[in-house]
Amino acid sequence: MKEAYIFDAIRTPRGKRKGGSLHEVTPSFLLGQLMQKLEKRHELDTSQIDDVVLGCVTPIGEQGANLPKMAAQYAGWNVDVPAMQVNRFCATGLETVNMAAMKVRSGWEDLVVAGGVECMSRVPMGSDGGPMAFDPKTNFKIPFVPQGIGADLIATLEGFNRQEIDNFALMSQQRATYATENKYFKSLIPIEDQNGILILDHDEHIRKEATLEDLQGLKPSFHKMGQMGMDAVTLQRYTEVERINHVHTPGNSSGIVDGAALVLVGSKEKGKELGLKPRARIVSTALVGTDPIIMLVGPGPASKKALKKAGMTVKDIDLFEVNEAFAAVVLRFLKDMGIDSLDNVNVNGGSIAMGHPLGATGAMLLGTVLDELERRDLRTALITLCVGGGMGIATIIEREDS
Amino acid sequence: MSFDYQKDEQGIVTITMDMPNRSTNVVNMEFLDSLQATVERLVEEDPKGIIITSAKKTFLAGGDIEILYRFKEPIAAFSFAEVAKGQVRRLETLGKPIVAAINGTCLGGGLELALSCHHRICVDNPKTKLGLPEVTLGLLPGGGGVTRIVRLLGLEKAFPILIEGKNMNPQKALETGIIHELSNPEDLIKKAKKWILDNPESSQPWDQKGYKIPGGNPQKLAPKLAFAPAMLQAKTWGNYPAPEAIMSAAVEGALVDFDTASRIESRYFAQVVTSKEAKNMMKAFWFQMNQISGGENRPKDIPPTEVKKVGILGSGMMGHGIAAVSAMAGMEVVMTDADEKTVEAGLANIKDILKKRDHNIIATTDYNKLKGCDLIIEAVFEDRELKGKVTEMAEKVMEITGIFASNTSTLPITSLAEKSSRPENFIGLHFFSPVHKMKLVEIIKGKKTSASTLAKAFDYVLKIGKVPIVVNDSRGFYTSRVFGTYPEEGMALLEEGQNPRAIESAGKQAGMPVGPLALMDEVSLSLLKKVRLQTQKDLGRELPKAPGDSVFELMMSMNRPGKASGAGFYEYPDKEKKYLWPELQKHFPEKNRLSQTEMMERMMFVQALETVRCLEESVVTSIADANIGSVFGWGFAPFKGGTLQFINDYGLRSFVKRAYELEKKYGARFKPPKGLVVMAEKDQAF
Repeated sequence: MKEAYIFDAIRTPRGKRKGGSLHEVTPSFLLGQLMQKLEKRHELDTSQIDDVVLGCVTPIGEQGANLPKMAAQYAGWNVDVPAMQVNRFCATGLETVNMAAMKVRSGWEDLVVAGGVECMSRVPMGSDGGPMAFDPKTNFKIPFVPQGIGADLIATLEGFNRQEIDNFALMSQQRATYATENKYFKSLIPIEDQNGILILDHDEHIRKEATLEDLQGLKPSFHKMGQMGMDAVTLQRYTEVERINHVHTPGNSSGIVDGAALVLVGSKEKGKELGLKPRARIVSTALVGTDPIIMLVGPGPASKKALKKAGMTVKDIDLFEVNEAFAAVVLRFLKDMGIDSLDNVNVNGGSIAMGHPLGATGAMLLGTVLDELERRDLRTALITLCVGGGMGIATIIEREDS
Repeated sequence: MSFDYQKDEQGIVTITMDMPNRSTNVVNMEFLDSLQATVERLVEEDPKGIIITSAKKTFLAGGDIEILYRFKEPIAAFSFAEVAKGQVRRLETLGKPIVAAINGTCLGGGLELALSCHHRICVDNPKTKLGLPEVTLGLLPGGGGVTRIVRLLGLEKAFPILIEGKNMNPQKALETGIIHELSNPEDLIKKAKKWILDNPESSQPWDQKGYKIPGGNPQKLAPKLAFAPAMLQAKTWGNYPAPEAIMSAAVEGALVDFDTASRIESRYFAQVVTSKEAKNMMKAFWFQMNQISGGENRPKDIPPTEVKKVGILGSGMMGHGIAAVSAMAGMEVVMTDADEKTVEAGLANIKDILKKRDHNIIATTDYNKLKGCDLIIEAVFEDRELKGKVTEMAEKVMEITGIFASNTSTLPITSLAEKSSRPENFIGLHFFSPVHKMKLVEIIKGKKTSASTLAKAFDYVLKIGKVPIVVNDSRGFYTSRVFGTYPEEGMALLEEGQNPRAIESAGKQAGMPVGPLALMDEVSLSLLKKVRLQTQKDLGRELPKAPGDSVFELMMSMNRPGKASGAGFYEYPDKEKKYLWPELQKHFPEKNRLSQTEMMERMMFVQALETVRCLEESVVTSIADANIGSVFGWGFAPFKGGTLQFINDYGLRSFVKRAYELEKKYGARFKPPKGLVVMAEKDQAF
């Protein structure tokens, strides 16, 4: 069996939604520039790329029509390079990495670019509609409940109170601030305009001055949605729950941001041929489905599945990277996995501080944790995300000795 | 201070732009300083309303090209645009009514300033011009023009205004929706004040709640928008960054809020203003054009002259065209030809050109009617005998102080002047066809042509609204000589076995208006043959064999001399588009295929090199004449700024190196002249 290696994982800074620096940048330009920089970093002969598999969760308007292929052409990549767009909701960015690994491990392809893009300030989340909006019979059957209600349900069931949730959020801000100030994010590539004038070189969603008081002053985000039938529909299925405790606020949920990420995956032979050094091996991947109403409890089962596939246990993992879609998701993951400390989980903060550009986040988390493995000289990491519709995804990587 | 600030008893402030020591107001650093100071004062004094007008004949002519030309770093250009727009935006969003009282021509930055006002009133003078002509100099309206025109009119209506850059008169501007009101000059300020009193609180439509871009946002227009770039590139072959940047800024801007759109516009402005194409175009169409119209090549010590009555000999294509443009400039015109029928036909053609405009033209066969002409231009057939005869006939009746010009395109002026009794009054005026559309006139000095004759001819050309370049006598002068190298290189490529369609495409890719073979068809091989025979006769010897000769001979032997005969390199079916003659490749089978770039360079280098030779031989004497002559004479790639600027753009050292390579491969016509080699070594430029 062939192995799949990560040669590089880079990302753009994350721009905030309101008055954010990346708001003026089109998705094609953002992705295209990152592609150009990936090519330049490795003097990559792009004709050697077998496929470009990139995520985008709201692939409509300027993100529509197979954006990855258009962006590759815009970037000036060889016309021989094919590309496709993938949507597995929040898992997308990591899913593309896993797909790339599968392509390489099958032996049918040797070099694949994975990653994703989401310009959420430009193409709003949910603006693609979907059956829940346009097809009530489907909605009735599923039924559709927004993610935030699921997150609040997790907190309710697990008994996470607002204080614990906000404490976690504060830690995300502090860790992200510390990592930024100490330049830990080696995979972050500044974005410039067409003239080379800098547009953004840091994650601008971080609030380094955030305090617990600030966080506790914020109003719950999903209370109103709950009143509009969503709590009722949820409680009709979770019959033992008295009422949903709406603990999630904009301060302890992931930020809505713009960003893109790319991961270069390939076989060892191809790497040798092109002078690409493997940074890590993709050890195993996993996907699971869960109840779609609580929706966000996938990271635990997905991680267990990935560990099992790899013949590893929790103790074999040096660093965990769990997407901070909502604070409760990470706390629930710890419980599911029997992890009793946050010492090796999201050590440089996460999406609560830095934002969650849906199609790109998974690839960003992978790059971030790989940077950190190298910085700490550790070996293994597990990346996992909860996924809309009731799914979970996980990937285990192991650093490659040079 | 460039602005006068007056507050009336009603609390309305009138800002009158009046830059010292200039005939027009322009946007430069001084202007920006005045603007900033004025904005500060307005914010502080909180007037009831603001009127912006000008003390000059024009309102505001636009950006100072001197400054724009000097921008090398995008960041400097970006900051310049952002600072300027920041000031204007403060005024626009002050909440007070602001009226642009447009008292005269208002272009580029001038119109951009006016667009930031809540109400625009313009004097109703048909000669007043409004528009955003930036694109014609390779630029983009970076002072809010793109952002505001799109928000004012919607994308579809904005595109032609921004991308074609055509000026309009006030009536048209009113119909288009760019201005709100017309006024006679006396009531301009009165009307502005009335509007302010009627609208004590005002803002721009795009700053009001619920505003939507007229005609729909890009999402709604997506199906149409997907075609717009193709329609543009069909014309530009991707050679012009400015219209592409304008379209991008317009669409991208329409997807975001005003301030973001404005910043996107500044980025594209910075991109194009620092582009080679913009520098080439500014240099040629602004600086060098001004040099020419400023009389750089006109004898300095001759006082201004004025032609009042002009005689035109010959009423054919060139003759009636020259008569028409002279009449349009208000001159009395006498046009003659050999018989009544021909001269009447010529007059009918003139009426088509003039439409319903008044004119003073006599069409006659009687040379006595030429009495009193102070300029006579002959436009009879390219035949020495005939030209000599009409010269003698005309000189007998015209003013003794008048000048006689030949509109020959090939025959040396000095030899034609031999038939003249006053060779010092004899000159060449080479017009281009169709005369009423082509802007260039090549003035050719014969050996004996006097300075006063040249001055008079020069003044005449300016008066008919054309661009005069002044060249010395030589076979083919400047334009015909250099221009001819382009189709000849096309024929050489065909002879070598290059695909004819690829040759034609290479010409267009390089920026020429038509492919070399299509052009040869327009000119016709029979004309080429005639010129060659005349040349041989004049020189008294055979011409050496030239590349492409076998193509020439074959086409003539197959009786395919060109478009006029209905058969040339192309087939000309009735009512259908022409297409390349399918047999071409049978006669010139494809081999040794060259890259498009190689073919493009060959066709451009031959023209550039021949221009350098003309300069070294003093056929042309100024760089401006050489560049402008090439663009306006035969359409040499405007984005390159002319044949000599092409060499600057390529870099002299690289150009010389490449020319040597081409010489080695294809022959002596690519040998760089000595002077050019020396210039390159010294890192000089044209």
